[in-house]
Amino acid sequence: MIKTLKPFEEMTDADYAAIGLKVGLEIHQQLFTRKKLFCRCPAGRYTEIYDAEILRHMRPTLSELGEYDGTALMEFKTKKEIIYQINHETVCTYEMDDTPPFMLDQESLDIALEIAMLLNYQLVSELHISRKQYLDGSIPTGFQRTTIVGVEGWIPYKDRKIGLIQLGLEEDACREVSDVGHLRIYRTDRLGMPLIEMVTQADMHTPAEVADVANILRWTVRSTGKVRTGIGAARQDVNVSVTGGTRVEIKGVSRIPYLPRLIYNEARRQYSLLQIRQELHRRRITEKTFQSSSANVTNLLSRTSWEPLQQALQRQEEIHCVNLKGFAGILSQSTQTDKVFSKEISDRVRVVACLSRLPNITTSESTEETIDSFTWQKIRKHLSAGPEDALVLVWGNKEDVRTGANEISIRAREATIGIPSETRQALIDGTNGFERILPGPDRMYPDTDLPPLEITDQHLNRIRELVPDPFWNRLEKYREWGVPEHLLIAIASSPKAIYFEQLVKRYKIPAVQIARYLFEKTTAWKRAGQPVSKFTENIWDEFFAAADKFSTLLENGDKIITDFLQGDKGSILPLPESHHEIKSDKRKTDRLVKEIIKQICQEKLPAFTTIEKKHHYLMRKIMETLRGRTPGKLVSRLLWEHLKGEINER
Amino acid sequence: MSDNYQGYREPALSVLKENKVSVWSAVEMSTKRGTFKGIILPRSETADNHHVVMKLHNGYNIGINVSVIDQIIETGRKEAHYKIPEKEFPVDPKKPNVKLLGTGGTIASRLDYRTGAVIPAFSPGELYGSVPELADICNLETEKLYGVFSENMAPEQWVGTAQAIGREIEKGIHGIVIGHGTDTMHHTAAILSFMVQKSPVPIVMVGSQRSSDRPSSDAALNLIHAVKTAAESDIAETMVCMFGPTSDQYGLLHRGTRVRKMHSSYRSTFRTIGDIPIAMVDRQKITPLRTDYIHRRNDREVLINTNFEERVSIVYYYPNMQPDIIDSLTDNNYRGIIIAGTGLGHVNKPLYPSLKRAYEKGIAIYMTVQTLWGYVQMYVYETGREIMELGVVPCANMLPEVAYVKLGWALGQSTDLDKVKEIMLTPIAGETTEREPYNGYLIYQGGIPEVEEFLRVIKR
Repeated sequence: MIKTLKPFEEMTDADYAAIGLKVGLEIHQQLFTRKKLFCRCPAGRYTEIYDAEILRHMRPTLSELGEYDGTALMEFKTKKEIIYQINHETVCTYEMDDTPPFMLDQESLDIALEIAMLLNYQLVSELHISRKQYLDGSIPTGFQRTTIVGVEGWIPYKDRKIGLIQLGLEEDACREVSDVGHLRIYRTDRLGMPLIEMVTQADMHTPAEVADVANILRWTVRSTGKVRTGIGAARQDVNVSVTGGTRVEIKGVSRIPYLPRLIYNEARRQYSLLQIRQELHRRRITEKTFQSSSANVTNLLSRTSWEPLQQALQRQEEIHCVNLKGFAGILSQSTQTDKVFSKEISDRVRVVACLSRLPNITTSESTEETIDSFTWQKIRKHLSAGPEDALVLVWGNKEDVRTGANEISIRAREATIGIPSETRQALIDGTNGFERILPGPDRMYPDTDLPPLEITDQHLNRIRELVPDPFWNRLEKYREWGVPEHLLIAIASSPKAIYFEQLVKRYKIPAVQIARYLFEKTTAWKRAGQPVSKFTENIWDEFFAAADKFSTLLENGDKIITDFLQGDKGSILPLPESHHEIKSDKRKTDRLVKEIIKQICQEKLPAFTTIEKKHHYLMRKIMETLRGRTPGKLVSRLLWEHLKGEINER
Repeated sequence: MSDNYQGYREPALSVLKENKVSVWSAVEMSTKRGTFKGIILPRSETADNHHVVMKLHNGYNIGINVSVIDQIIETGRKEAHYKIPEKEFPVDPKKPNVKLLGTGGTIASRLDYRTGAVIPAFSPGELYGSVPELADICNLETEKLYGVFSENMAPEQWVGTAQAIGREIEKGIHGIVIGHGTDTMHHTAAILSFMVQKSPVPIVMVGSQRSSDRPSSDAALNLIHAVKTAAESDIAETMVCMFGPTSDQYGLLHRGTRVRKMHSSYRSTFRTIGDIPIAMVDRQKITPLRTDYIHRRNDREVLINTNFEERVSIVYYYPNMQPDIIDSLTDNNYRGIIIAGTGLGHVNKPLYPSLKRAYEKGIAIYMTVQTLWGYVQMYVYETGREIMELGVVPCANMLPEVAYVKLGWALGQSTDLDKVKEIMLTPIAGETTEREPYNGYLIYQGGIPEVEEFLRVIKR
């Protein structure tokens, strides 16, 4: 009856264009600093051990412009108790909102400015700290201190520019430990760490483009060497909409490769929800004509054999039923891969009514074996529901079940309007679930605890000198230098790129060789368990200076370096004698090569099908002796002459 | 200066005027750092004079230096109307009537652009809008007596507050709540304990350590606790009602003469010193911790005595204090001095002649301890005996701030120093106690295993 999008694997760019997919990115990147942003606690120390607990609640407050934020009110409706687990080493009274903020960490600000310059942002002249409300308790103050460093930046992508709306500098939030019923527990070690938030325009039109742009941004910020890496150090949010849809924010994507499937599923969800609306309107169900009713049906289910309900009854809970008039068939409509519309309802009930034990609802359209049809009939009769109506059962304690029933009706009515503005949670299977109502600008409030902070031209000039060449310029440059494609990104996004460029400029050695040693080979040695931390710029200076002088040294470079890594010397120098070049003329080398060939040929040689194979075989044998002392090219040429001579002799 | 340019001074003011824009203009601003779009906001008067503040469409504020501005074009106007939703406070004849007297502080507050700080908003409707739970407890009436920060509370406000309390009691109110900034709440609590005696109903002082414009504010819960205490408790004393722990769990009711603000920013900043609090209060119940409190009565009798002598000072003694400190008080015709002495109540020898001179000029001099906990005991050391001989009177375990307001009040009652001494040494509202219980001094030290064990898991 209702159309859905094709499976993920079959979607083409044209399909996405047809539904008008628009996606924007928000990337949160932790900065590599010693201290937290607004207090002097150490940054980047994670621990699961805690010393104390503190309990708080959150209340909504008015925005600066005098309005309540929708999210705030929803969170208040959920009435959560929030417990913070505190470790003495990582948290002080500031994070627990018992001490006003200290001045903004200068190191963090400098890094944020540097990245803002790198991403072509327009910089503000005065920072104003704002409070962005979060009533989920993830920050004990109930708000995140945040400030805008720049607006309207851009990065190049394909043949266009991707617009960057703003660059914010803000404090990180707590890590959630658990959220069950009315109790949510947070770990506080990450709280207050400096991070930047980069927000793009909704300029991406396919899931693949989003992953590309996310990567460019990630590689660019990493190229400064001043951001944290590792699990959780960078987190992506995506804003997704389709034509006629709504901007929906999917939060907390920890890895870029997860993005495309998440975006697809959100596009599919929005597409389906629009189809569902159309169908409801066709049935003449609109926001105004929408009807629902609910009743306590606990007694009708006292003998149920379905386990979730049996358990609910054992817990003395109530079971309520909501009748959604005219909704038959809607609840089982597919919305995301392997998910149907009733999941939207279940999510809301879980979050808003705190009924977090799943399943928390079942519907008259469930395909699983839940309640027998006889009981459904009794319930239908009790609620005066006809075959055109859909029923939803919800259970829980007296108060929560009422909130739950109400929320079911609210969510169903929203289906007649379209797609609710929501923040949704990224799930591991590539789908997403409801997290909260999308907050608006009403949750911003000026921070009255800190004065505005002027950013002088002098300050900016000092930072400007530190800004590395942008990632995309580096890519072009290295390509011209002949660096192989597979190393381009690794080098261009590395903080070591600056040093790499210095070496390339200083020595006659081909860039590709330097690139191989600094990046490819170092990575391989590291993987092999070699102590690559012994590599310092000094060591590389010694090595490449020697290689610059003796052009053959690189042929034996691997051995020189592995000897160094395994040895106990603090230097590559002096190079062992075997690595010294034979200072000789062509005649002398010629003689040497011939001697070796003669020796080798005395051994039994395998049969070769071509002369090239014989050359290859003999080259390897000869170079075992001559590697590092005489250029391979010369040996090769001499060997060819020798082999051709052999043929002529025949 | 016109209201259109709130807080802006030269040179920023001229830039706004030249571009024909003002506060609340929606603008496009071209600058040497790029183009910025937003709404021009008022500027804090304490901020510098060369930035324009804008609110961007995403809700963030930024500042632009006027020296980089090329042009500002007004594209519209959007004025903010900051208003706490006002809802009529419901009246239920079965519920007790509570009066909330406001002196300032931030029980409900809104942003003040002029100072960039928060200022209080205050009416039953506004309070009901932001703390609807209050209507479950009582019928609330409010009266704004003053709108001052607590450091600006002075005898004039103390007297006015005491008189307002008297009026309400005569009208038959069931309980009184006083909203107050926290910094000097304990001074006001102490003086009200002397100015208002034999009250038939609870007088509960309350404030907040986190202003109510924050989601994590303690204001709402403190207010709920205070209103519950005023409406329902049996304790007819002047009390301070503030957070017990830093967690949102329960409040403590502290006797007005034994309470002190002990941390500049913690929620649980108020502590009873040298004794235990009167009671605990949470949303459900009031749990007395002692039995010796004054009980609620049904009459409307109360003693209001607001005479007060303002020329009293506290001298916080420090090593090497010079006698001219005391001399200047003597020469400026002060009538009373409270010394916060070291240890058991000591000052150095060089002050002796000045103290003697002050005493001989008829200044009432009393000794308290800057250790806060413990009694003045001036017999233990020779120094103490010598100081007493100079006419300095030990004040037992009266807190220095309490002694300060009590001496002002006592000097307001009589010019006869013997009579003043009698008043000072006779406890009126628990300001001195005969004994210090063993659990009256508990400052747990973090790090000690049993203390860490106590902190580890919250008791719910």
